Amino acid sequence: MDMINIKINGADYQAPKGSTILEAARLANVEIPTLCFLKEINEIGACRICVVEAQEKRGDGFGPKKIVASCVYPISEGMNIFTSTPKVIDSRKKTLELILSNHNRSCLSCVRSGNCELQKLAKDYKIEDEGIYDGAKTESILDCSSAHMVRDNSKCILCRRCVAACAKTQGIGVIGANERGFNTNISCAFEDDLGNTSCVSCGQCIAVCPTGALYEKDNTSEVFEAIADESKTVIVQTAPAVRAALGEAFGLPIGTDVEGKMAAALRRLGFDKVFDTDFAADLTIMEEANEFVERVQNGGKLPLITSCSPGWVKYCEHYFPELTENLSSCKSPMQMFGATAKTYYAEKMGIDPKDMVVVAVMPCTAKKFEIGRDDEDAAGVPDVDISITTRELARMIERAGIKFLELEDEKFDDPLGISTGAGVIFGATGGVMEAALRTAVETLTGEELESVDFKDVRGTKGIKEASYDVAGMNVKVAVASGLANAKELLKKVESGEADYQFIEIMGCPGGCVNGGGQPQQPGSVRNTVDIQALRASVLYKNDAAKSIRKSHENPAIKQVYKEFFGEPGSEKAHHVLHTSYVKRELYK
Amino acid sequence: MAAKECSIPFSGTKEQETKLREIISSHKNDKGALMPVLQQAQGIYGYLPIEVLKIIAQEMDIPLEKIYGVATFYSQFTLNPKGKYTISVCLGTACYVKGSGDIFDELSKKLGIKGGETTSDGKFTLLDCRCIGACGLAPVLTVNDDVYGRLTVDDVDGIISKYSD
Repeated sequence: MDMINIKINGADYQAPKGSTILEAARLANVEIPTLCFLKEINEIGACRICVVEAQEKRGDGFGPKKIVASCVYPISEGMNIFTSTPKVIDSRKKTLELILSNHNRSCLSCVRSGNCELQKLAKDYKIEDEGIYDGAKTESILDCSSAHMVRDNSKCILCRRCVAACAKTQGIGVIGANERGFNTNISCAFEDDLGNTSCVSCGQCIAVCPTGALYEKDNTSEVFEAIADESKTVIVQTAPAVRAALGEAFGLPIGTDVEGKMAAALRRLGFDKVFDTDFAADLTIMEEANEFVERVQNGGKLPLITSCSPGWVKYCEHYFPELTENLSSCKSPMQMFGATAKTYYAEKMGIDPKDMVVVAVMPCTAKKFEIGRDDEDAAGVPDVDISITTRELARMIERAGIKFLELEDEKFDDPLGISTGAGVIFGATGGVMEAALRTAVETLTGEELESVDFKDVRGTKGIKEASYDVAGMNVKVAVASGLANAKELLKKVESGEADYQFIEIMGCPGGCVNGGGQPQQPGSVRNTVDIQALRASVLYKNDAAKSIRKSHENPAIKQVYKEFFGEPGSEKAHHVLHTSYVKRELYK
Repeated sequence: MAAKECSIPFSGTKEQETKLREIISSHKNDKGALMPVLQQAQGIYGYLPIEVLKIIAQEMDIPLEKIYGVATFYSQFTLNPKGKYTISVCLGTACYVKGSGDIFDELSKKLGIKGGETTSDGKFTLLDCRCIGACGLAPVLTVNDDVYGRLTVDDVDGIISKYSD
């Protein structure tokens, strides 16, 4: 790699030719603040927070000092860079004051207060009068039309990070910049409501928003009310990925496993039973592995595509409606859990399902949409009543005055809290495939696996492929996460270029650990840390430490089939654990 | 926001659509083809209705929102058809200080449309412009090629009624 010499704040450094000033400064451990910049997807030099002074070398001397946007300005041989001169600081400060002049500054009650990137910069740069340039404001729009989120343009700073996440990471592009100049606003085509578009509810826009302009619909009050209602049995389930990220909301490092503290906190919040979606992940494997084996043996529709991710399912319905027949008819683990709780468990405990409230804690915003889908009501009432995000759970814990970091580890309740290593890895891309292979291979061969690790399908790569020889048959599988990757893979399936038998697709890049409902990390962290891999490592460590790592060996699963469902794929299992899909229009 | 879905029913013909599809396919492999396609589409239809933008979105595999964003960014594009009569009110400095803003607002109220829009009967389009070089007559407006000067708000009714055909 060609290296060139530069000076940053008077000190000599070398950096690869072609780097931007921002990249070179990071290599030199010099921090430059950014706001609109997101590595690889939003390098547009729009916000001007990352400005520095730079002088190009000219002959024996230097050209004039210029203020440039470091995120897009390339370094050159001998360049002299200054990152915190009074001029630079003044420029950043003025930019912040101008942003704040068109910003709804109701920070006290803002959902992002405390982890807002704009608020932090305003404090760092000592903005003394945030209203110094107050004047006309852009017309604000509060869009509450979709099931999962709110868009509040009055807090939007036009950084376009959400636009990049939607169009580039997810390949969807239902939000974008409309109009120009002072009227510029982020909205949908023809200023339509988000709820009318083919938005899939993934929440990746929320995950990257630096301010409180985009946030999930908050259902925490409903949960507190349900818990306070003595006529209700309120049970909670937590998705695998929640334990891998909840700690971040309490200042713990990314990649800290807080399963035990989470169970303890849920019990202190007053839930009657603290259960685990991991149990239902094992149940999903029983049904899905059976569905796969059946489709292979009976010439059913292949490839079979997983249906755990509601963002992916809605994407499939809008963008690849002809492939909905390939979707597994299995409900997602969250829905399977609710359905089992309100049928099997309610019957066992003598509870009327109408008096049971199932709360789901999910790393996901699309789950808020999923609970309202048709054909998700096995007991005649919705399988799941309330779905909250990891962030909402953190807010509940804070509001209830629970000292999360001080809690001793506790365990989930029996029987719907018992799970295997196969269940917990559902939260990472490739996890469902690996869990399914552990069960399907043993079913097809009738022999015990030597190793349960299917490492080819692990890792955060967007598209992964593998093939396995199983009982004299070559099984080709693929795994995609992030919908732009899913689109690329499915185009190959449609054209016949690829002939997989089994595909796992997760709506969010990296899988649920990087879901749209997880604690937000600022751009400075997103751009420099592999959040997906760190969170996923929690789940793989958890799996490796379990004594039982195959879903079909889960004693609670064996029991529920013995006492209630009979066999995987039985009529009862179909009624309770399976669902149907619709073909949706791309435009209304 | 100014631009919403157009209230005038779309009346594109089969011939127009064939022409549009030909244009799109002639740009099939070009990068950055959206601008020329939009320009030519506006050439065919006179404006860019949602029906046309949806065809472009689908055929070029570009999100509808992105196309809408481009169409609302550049002032050369219009999402509304032009009416039979285009009323253009000068909001340049001289006309503005002589009260053309009030005249514009009165027209907007009487016609029931905002600037840039067309009445649902397809008769009037209301626009604002900057100086037309007739400051001595300020405030000034034009209806197609007719010029009206030294106006007051009370003249608005009379002007509209001249174009009742």
